[in-house]
Amino acid sequence: MCGISKSFPGVKALKNVDFDLLQGEVHALVGENGAGKSTLIKILAGVYKADEGEIWLKGRKISAADPRAMLDAGVSVIYQEVNLVPYLSVAENVFLGREPLRPSGLIDWKTMQTAVEKLLEPFKLSLNPFARVSTIGPAYQQVVEIAKALSLKADIIVMDEPTAPLTGSEVERLFEIIHSLKSNGVSIVYISHRLEELRQVADRVTVLRDGERIVTALLASLSIDEIIKCMVGRQLTEQYVKAGQPAHEEVLRVEGLSKQGVCSDVSFHLKRGEILGFAGLVGAGRTEIMQLIYGYKKKDAGRIFVNGREVAIRRTRDAVRNGIALIPEERKKQGLVLGLSVLDNSALTILDLHARLGFIRWRDISNLVREMVRNLGIRTPSLAQTVRNLSGGNQQKVVLAKWFLRRCDVYIFDEPTRGIDVGAKVEIYKLMDALAAGGAGIIMVSSDLLEVMNVPNRIAVVYDGRIVQEFRRGEATEEMVIGHALGLAAKGLEGASV
Amino acid sequence: MKFDLRSILRSYGILIAFILLCIVISVLSPVFLTLTNVRNVIRQSSIYGIMAVGMTFVILTGGIDLSVGSILALAGAIAAGSLRAGVNLGLVIIVALAIGTGCGLVNGLFITIGGITPFVVTLGMMSIARGLTLIYTKGYPISGLQESFRFIGGGDILAIPFPIIVFILTVLIAWMILTQTRPGRYTYAIGGNEETVKLSGINSNLYKTIVYMISGIVSAISALILTSRLNSAEPVAGQGYELDVIAAVVIGGTSLMGGRGGVWGTLIGALLIGVINNGMNLLGISPYFQLVVKGLIIIGAVLLDRLRQEQA
Repeated sequence: MCGISKSFPGVKALKNVDFDLLQGEVHALVGENGAGKSTLIKILAGVYKADEGEIWLKGRKISAADPRAMLDAGVSVIYQEVNLVPYLSVAENVFLGREPLRPSGLIDWKTMQTAVEKLLEPFKLSLNPFARVSTIGPAYQQVVEIAKALSLKADIIVMDEPTAPLTGSEVERLFEIIHSLKSNGVSIVYISHRLEELRQVADRVTVLRDGERIVTALLASLSIDEIIKCMVGRQLTEQYVKAGQPAHEEVLRVEGLSKQGVCSDVSFHLKRGEILGFAGLVGAGRTEIMQLIYGYKKKDAGRIFVNGREVAIRRTRDAVRNGIALIPEERKKQGLVLGLSVLDNSALTILDLHARLGFIRWRDISNLVREMVRNLGIRTPSLAQTVRNLSGGNQQKVVLAKWFLRRCDVYIFDEPTRGIDVGAKVEIYKLMDALAAGGAGIIMVSSDLLEVMNVPNRIAVVYDGRIVQEFRRGEATEEMVIGHALGLAAKGLEGASV
Repeated sequence: MKFDLRSILRSYGILIAFILLCIVISVLSPVFLTLTNVRNVIRQSSIYGIMAVGMTFVILTGGIDLSVGSILALAGAIAAGSLRAGVNLGLVIIVALAIGTGCGLVNGLFITIGGITPFVVTLGMMSIARGLTLIYTKGYPISGLQESFRFIGGGDILAIPFPIIVFILTVLIAWMILTQTRPGRYTYAIGGNEETVKLSGINSNLYKTIVYMISGIVSAISALILTSRLNSAEPVAGQGYELDVIAAVVIGGTSLMGGRGGVWGTLIGALLIGVINNGMNLLGISPYFQLVVKGLIIIGAVLLDRLRQEQA
């Protein structure tokens, strides 16, 4: 494989970027959101057409790059959003578009099954080829995507944030798979925001910023700080903003929160000015616990106190009235109305506060929103801009704007920094800190171990629907937190290797 | 053969409702379970049942086709007109099917290449095809058709009415296509996640267009049956059929969001509607009231499906 060079001046998404990939190497591609990683990948996959530039594969110039042609040429992309068809089976997803046929023209299920079983064999997991994809977990779905790429005899596999939905042990499994792919001569483009992972998998790294290539180098020759510096164009003073000293006044208390099959006897308290982190594995029940507190799902039992007073929360409306805000995990699906403007989205929570005789007072609201957009540094051409067209980090800030405008006492952040770049992460930590300093209590659910250990004042570790341990910041090591999150400590296996 | 527990459960739910309904009606009306009446019910169900098979394809992709009733009228009118003009029967059938397919093709092209939502395109086609029918017939029925044509709607093979045979064949062929061929699996895949289908290098526009052509061709098949049965092509034929057709698909458990469902459910859905129509007629319930009941059943079926989804 020779060099890929292309530029994209019209949209300015990519400016004269060179990218090369050697056989059997893992080449990490990093950059902030909007740096042009996705565009580059989509050009490589033939989804977008480059305005200028050329793609060379194995010394041969690719002239007409459409998805089919690139697939045939051995380029397979595993996109960040899971790109499987939920109601089709594992086997059908692997062979989508290339179903084996019998001479009669009908689909040959037998051959398909055998082929999929063979592809899945090295993964050493029990996965029925005819299970519907909608019924298997995210890690398995990732495996299905990889199997699909392998079945295409891909010698170039692009993985866009492959570890985002995975838990610790699943990440390890993925890395093993990547290593074995590598030794079979497969080249991998690996996109990730989790810089600390890169060292475990990648050989070289290319950093993009604002559509330009900043550097391509051996990973061993760069430190994480140097990579971050290239990404943001400035030295970050610190990666995590540690929450300040909380007040004594309690703002939220939860007692005995339970729901069959979800969580049992969850109790904790939160002080004003405090950030409480919730660590745990994906599926441990953290998101569900937050949804119960917020009244989005019905709880079986449990009492909730806000500012020392017991409140009845039966639906989300009750939570908001009592000053609780939930910034949900999936911002595109749960946090935003993508087709509406920045103004409409931000105003959603405060329309009831700014109406006279049922008529909305838009002037007041737009003033408030404009100020908030300025305070949060949301980069948008105007308030009328459709949220869909903003970058991930700015979208997340619109969700924040919407809740900050409501001036709540308790803010629950569910994975607030997932899928956003380092620079925007720090901004979000700062905003959380400012909220806490302003007297709000903050809950931060996060699967990013370093983040959840460094930002909050306290950490609650959730395992199997229960809070199994609480730590103060600095009290626990990574191994301790992971151990509890895996339920090892609960079984008396503390210190077991993880 | 693939075995899918949940879709079978879904179909069985409707099947149980269907059997219960038959029992209730047969207790209330002794006429219901007579051979003549059963034949009648199925024969009547066949006309929109055949169309519902095509609609199942469309709805599985997440689309909708509101133009089926108008396509039926147009294909029926031109078939009747050609017969009256002395055109050979075989050619008439081909012309009718071509008209249905052609309307479907136009729908499909506007939806895929034009990028307009199926609802709007087929709403437009609903009006266009109806208008063309009225222009062609000048608003009058075309009746008095040749004897050989009457077989399609009125003939029997081994004492089974021909429309029923066509219906069953349509269901079987559709089932075969949906479960055993690429276009069928892509129909599901497009409804489940069209983006992925495109990224897999599949020409999703082609397969989306095909489902509207299928919907068009089966509407034309129903047109031939209906015109033959009535011995007349009515300019207002098929008006409001889209309701029964979509209802049959939805009652049969195919998700309006696409990606889930199948043609066996549609078969039961079509029969269920036939039994409701017939049963209420037998019991002397006003046709006005029947509309209300049908509406409630559609909503009820989807509600049941949703509740079952939530439990799962």
